[in-house]
Amino acid sequence: MYVAVKGGERAIDNAHGWLAEERRGDRAVPELTIPQIREQMKLAVNRVMAEGSLYDPDLAALAIKQARGDLIEAVFLIRAYRTTLPRLAGSRPVDTAAMAVDRRISATFKDLPGGQVLGPTFDYTHRLLDFALMAEGEPPTPVPSPQGGGEAPGAEAEGGTGLDAPPSPLVGEGWGGGAPHMPHVTGFLNRDGLIEAAQPSDATPPDLTREPMELPADRALRLQALARGDEGFVLGLAYSTQRGYGRTHAFVGELRIGRVAVEVDIPELGFAVEIGEIELTECETVNQFKGSKTEPPQFTRGYGLVMGQSERKAIAMSLVDRALRWQELGEDFTGAPAQDAEFVLMHCDNIQATGFLEHIKLPHYVDFQAELELVRRLRAEAQTMQEAAE
Amino acid sequence: MPSPDAEARRAWIATLAKAPPARLAELMPELPPHDVLRSPEIGAVMVRGRTGGTGAAFNLGEMTVTRCSVRLPAGPVGHAWVQGRDKAHARRAAVIDALMQTDAAQDLTARVIAPLQAEAAAHRAARAEKAAGTKVEFFTMVRGEDK
Repeated sequence: MYVAVKGGERAIDNAHGWLAEERRGDRAVPELTIPQIREQMKLAVNRVMAEGSLYDPDLAALAIKQARGDLIEAVFLIRAYRTTLPRLAGSRPVDTAAMAVDRRISATFKDLPGGQVLGPTFDYTHRLLDFALMAEGEPPTPVPSPQGGGEAPGAEAEGGTGLDAPPSPLVGEGWGGGAPHMPHVTGFLNRDGLIEAAQPSDATPPDLTREPMELPADRALRLQALARGDEGFVLGLAYSTQRGYGRTHAFVGELRIGRVAVEVDIPELGFAVEIGEIELTECETVNQFKGSKTEPPQFTRGYGLVMGQSERKAIAMSLVDRALRWQELGEDFTGAPAQDAEFVLMHCDNIQATGFLEHIKLPHYVDFQAELELVRRLRAEAQTMQEAAE
Repeated sequence: MPSPDAEARRAWIATLAKAPPARLAELMPELPPHDVLRSPEIGAVMVRGRTGGTGAAFNLGEMTVTRCSVRLPAGPVGHAWVQGRDKAHARRAAVIDALMQTDAAQDLTARVIAPLQAEAAAHRAARAEKAAGTKVEFFTMVRGEDK
């Protein structure tokens, strides 16, 4: 029996009105602007773009404001907006070797060409609350720097862009864009045949936003799912491999954060042009591999690529990518969750997950009525049987 | 392979697409009369990466893009595809692309394209300089056996 239930409209309208009020909070406190969120909550914006799978910092900032800082709700808003956009084209694969890097480190080679560049990192901070950030309007005290470029951000406002500093060996050596200037660390190992090669291919990759994902999923599809997957879920899985559930002995061969140009073939022009620039985080792991019947012992690779600055996610993605490759590399399936493509791919999307999880809070009156009747009948039957036995 | 002319056009189209919209509007506030062939349209481009940085392509995620096509009364057609959702940016870039195919090219290069390129280069250099400031200079500690 289907029972239509009416009568919630007024309650819903009032709930939404109150939500808007609560979103605004104390009116004595200035309202947040979208540019403030975009510029000062940048890593939250990055996460919403990566998991919302749409690069647009303004929209991600708006979604964060609307969602009152609930990042999964913000991702939901972005995913919903994304579906309204016509797909105009697919880009040429971005060239991460030509990245203008802010950060580039290797845990395997101390003296890599181009050097270890720390960038604006939380690493080596003491994780002590900085109460200076609560002193509103006060500029941070500049930290004296032994060399150019390392001064506090305040210096820039006075016109010191660092351009007058002596040219760094890094400038003009690949920071200008265009040709590949910052070769990947794995390339050095590849020259000696010590690491598996990544064969280039421009075949159009499968797209899970167009075709429902089918298993077994090839690596391109797995990488797409992981790139938009929930950071916490992917982190937990990656951590599980480190603790022994599908161990892959990963080293961070290279981690880089920076901006790459996005190039698209424009039909009306007949050639490809750069239409913009996006920030990416890329991680390549180097993993032990003892060889197989067809391959000599060599290093293998895991790969992570994420929109925005998000190195935790990129490292986690590369570990999970490597763990999922057990079959192609002839390794044992140990039953570890991170090796199980169905487990990983069907549960890593936080919008699918939260949609199904949260739907159980919506009215299930009729379903529950049926359950209630079933339990009552079973109890009645049990009582009858007990009385009969006595 | 694009011809040398196409190569030059490729460069100015990229410069216009990557320009901050407000700065472009400042450098080129007034647009000459033009017909709109395709009104500014907001859409998405699927950005692709390569497995391992150099291998097979995969879909990373989309980005917002606005495209627009215009024609000048004299005939030249201009196209623009620009990152983001700024319709005025796309239209302005398309008109400048059309003008760059006319006698106005030299003046526009000096007045609009060159300043944008210089500013982009300066911005990039400033950021690279900051990155260079965080480059680790390793030095070896004196070891016991060296004494």
